[in-house]
Amino acid sequence: MPHYFFSWEEYVLLKLREVKELLEAEVFTGEDKLDLEVESGFGSDLMSDVLAFARGKVILLTGLTNNHVINTATMVDAVAVVFVRGKRPGPELIAAAEKIGLPLLGTRFIMFSSCGRLYQAGLKGCSELRVGENLAGETDEEK
Amino acid sequence: MKRNSKQPLEIVIPIKMKDFKAGGDGAARIKQVLQKIGFPPDIIRRVAIAAYEAEMNIVINSLGGEIKATVSTDVITIIARDYGPGIPDIELAMQEGYSTAPREIQEMGFGAGMGLPNIRRCADRMTVESKQGQGTTITIEIYNR
Ligand SMILES: Nc1ncnc2c1ncn2[C@@H]1O[C@H](COP(=O)(O)OP(=O)(O)OP(=O)(O)O)[C@@H](O)[C@H]1O
Ligand SMILES: [Mg+2]
Repeated sequence: MPHYFFSWEEYVLLKLREVKELLEAEVFTGEDKLDLEVESGFGSDLMSDVLAFARGKVILLTGLTNNHVINTATMVDAVAVVFVRGKRPGPELIAAAEKIGLPLLGTRFIMFSSCGRLYQAGLKGCSELRVGENLAGETDEEK
Repeated sequence: MKRNSKQPLEIVIPIKMKDFKAGGDGAARIKQVLQKIGFPPDIIRRVAIAAYEAEMNIVINSLGGEIKATVSTDVITIIARDYGPGIPDIELAMQEGYSTAPREIQEMGFGAGMGLPNIRRCADRMTVESKQGQGTTITIEIYNR
């Protein structure tokens, strides 16, 4: 069950399978997990920004292919990672992701186009999610 | 939750300078332990993010150190301690966007200058103590409520 709701528009969940199609993506690991759903997207090469602002069942888009990305995805419980503009993770990274069950996808589209395609399909950015939680992670009660 | 709050669990993880391969393993282990005990996901997430930021700051900026997590039912305390060189201006370092990360570190995805502010956001209490030449100790408390 999604735990966020939009006050102003329909809520859209995308299956990883749909993400794969929209981004014409290759699956490096997690072929068996394409039925997982994502409810938000975040595109960045700055992992501290991801750690600060990622929300919900998020899919992370990035041009980086080091283990900082996998660690960051783990800390924010990201559903999957997409490497943009044709970047390919090394075998060690794929093995590490496989071990923790984190799907890794790759697309030839650049960051802008990749995010655009997902957004056009209805997926929201993390900053657009809301239910009593703002970007600072404070709940309404605390404010 | 089964854990007896009178007997807090302690996890100590040594952190080596510039060890980008192992960097993050400490936070991952703390996260695992908290999951096993059964803390709420949002508490685990805040602890994991804070511990990870503190751990990577030690990897990148210090000569090495350790992360110690003390876990009881009511509060999770993370103490990140390193052997230097220290933070010259803590107030400046705490500001969003302030970073001294060189280019090659930025290329790895660090250097947003968001690490310390992220820790503060995740923490219920945070203190930073630093002595030039001696080292930095960051204490993070996250209450389970
Ligand atoms: N343990 C430490 N020892 C010495 N200096 C530190 C330490 N931790 C942080 N600093 C200094 O404080 C600055 C800000 O740290 P902060 O974690 O907020 O950002 P960053 O590490 O530069 O970037 P980011 O965390 O967003 O990847 C660092 O660039 C560094 O100069
Ligand atoms: Mg940092």
